[in-house]
Amino acid sequence: MADLITTSQLAVPDALYNALVDAHRDLDDEQSAELNARLVLLLANHIGDPDVLAQAIALARHTD
Amino acid sequence: MTVDTAGAGAGERKTLYQFGYRRSTDQDAVTPVRHPVVIVGAGPVGMSLAIDLAQRGQKVVIVDDADRIGEGSRAICFAKRTLEIWDRLGVGTPMLDTGVTWRVGKNFLRDKLVYQFDLLPDDGHKMPAFINLQQYYAERFLAERTAAMPGIDLRWRNKVTAIDRRGDHVRVTLETPEGAYRLDADWLIACDGAKSPLRGMLDIAFEGQVFEDRFLIADVRMTADFPAERWFWFDPPFHAGQSALLHKQPDNIWRIDLQLGWEADQLEEQKPENVVPRIERMLGHSDFELEWVSLYTFQCRRIAGFVHDRVIFAGDSAHQVSPFGARGANSGVQDAENLAWKLDLVIRGEAGEGLLDSYDLERSAAADENIAHSTRSTDFIAPKTPMERRLRNAVLDLAARTEFARDMVNSGRLSTPTVYRNTPLSTPDETPFAGSARLGAPVPDCPMTTASGEATWLLQALGQGFTILHVAADETPQAVPGATLIVVGRDLMDDVERHFARRYDATPGATYLIRPDQHLAARFRSFDRDTLGAAIARACGAGA
Repeated sequence: MADLITTSQLAVPDALYNALVDAHRDLDDEQSAELNARLVLLLANHIGDPDVLAQAIALARHTD
Repeated sequence: MTVDTAGAGAGERKTLYQFGYRRSTDQDAVTPVRHPVVIVGAGPVGMSLAIDLAQRGQKVVIVDDADRIGEGSRAICFAKRTLEIWDRLGVGTPMLDTGVTWRVGKNFLRDKLVYQFDLLPDDGHKMPAFINLQQYYAERFLAERTAAMPGIDLRWRNKVTAIDRRGDHVRVTLETPEGAYRLDADWLIACDGAKSPLRGMLDIAFEGQVFEDRFLIADVRMTADFPAERWFWFDPPFHAGQSALLHKQPDNIWRIDLQLGWEADQLEEQKPENVVPRIERMLGHSDFELEWVSLYTFQCRRIAGFVHDRVIFAGDSAHQVSPFGARGANSGVQDAENLAWKLDLVIRGEAGEGLLDSYDLERSAAADENIAHSTRSTDFIAPKTPMERRLRNAVLDLAARTEFARDMVNSGRLSTPTVYRNTPLSTPDETPFAGSARLGAPVPDCPMTTASGEATWLLQALGQGFTILHVAADETPQAVPGATLIVVGRDLMDDVERHFARRYDATPGATYLIRPDQHLAARFRSFDRDTLGAAIARACGAGA
């Protein structure tokens, strides 16, 4: 079973964060939520591994 | 789509075919007359089971509380496997000749086509992927076949009011227009539908999920140019925020399913002044007549065990699904065919009662699979939260641009037969086999030629009982007791396109054991009498 990678894979973390912020700029809440939904689907398909996705979902749901 | 109307009861449907109540001599008997098999419910499942048992030489009594077939298309989509079963039962031809054959489905988001699928892109099968046929036609053909079989005693207006389980039989009390009587059944089969009174009499819990949504279904008569395809709309312009489904049926009747939402008023929505404008918006004109309207809600659930000593449940009495995917009547008919040969062998004493445990195991697995599929379809079609709706719409948006999202579009995963993966009746493969034939699945049909040069189909050539299909090699094998031997290359020939060789990965000497319900029980690369004998014993429940 593959593990979800939680160490940094990004050469320039700030640039990636910024790309996400930019994608949402000028969108209202509804449009942003729609964008996120499309993005999640695209990324989930790219990852493809259900085990990795399950770990990501579990980690994302856990907030404290 | 066997789920009955929640609002308007079945009793309100107009009668299309009327049958007569006839007094049975059982009603004059001093002591209850004993019968090997009594089936409760003369619907598609009960009648298919009765015909199958009668074809195997059993005497069958069917009782039904009604005496008519009512209007309304209800279960309209009959799948390839159901048609293959009905063909074996002698009713395939009228179903196919009357039904509208289709295989292409189109999914629309608003007014835009997002995805289309072909359910049977491969040729070389006798039966098509699907036909649309009003349930009343299907029941009529089954009733005609039933009436023509001397082994079947069909008793209309015989309503079961009580059952008493007495070890090796069940005493059944029936109400008729001429009063009550009793009979004894060695085996009592409950094919009495989603609201199954027998399930209630045994106090069996029916647990699962009730979906909070209402759908309007309508049969509309019109002459139209829409092709014979399944058209499904998400959020259509004529019915904003909901879903709609259109199917062509025989006699210029079109079936329309419209999602209404849980808040919809049951009685208001069925009034013509409310129904007609909706359909006008959908069709873009008013040149149609409304034949039948009904409302439904539905459940996805099943009972824990299908076999309760001498009372056995089949079809909607045992499991219910959402209508998306046409998995109700189709899976019920497959229950019937799974049960028929097993019950026949048990009654004959050729198999132990343990064989019936495999009915429970195999058809429970099928019910779970159908419930899982239809629940997922329902979640996709009727999102429950704003974010679920966004995710669903995101899939539909992306479907126009990406392949992966097209595969996620779920307007109903249409009924396919369950592969019995974990059944004790199958002998595991010792060597790998390629091709589309799968252990535990119904064997694929193929165009074949008989020894005298006539065109036939493989499924049509199979025996009523077990069949051993052997690919000719150097030696001619001897028959094995308990199975019909067919040698491919001697009794049956593959066609020029080698459909059989490809679908079965057939090499010289390859040997296949096919169950009476046409499911593949075992396969080997060579013919060995002892191994085949053991595989037959296993398929009769010896290994269970």
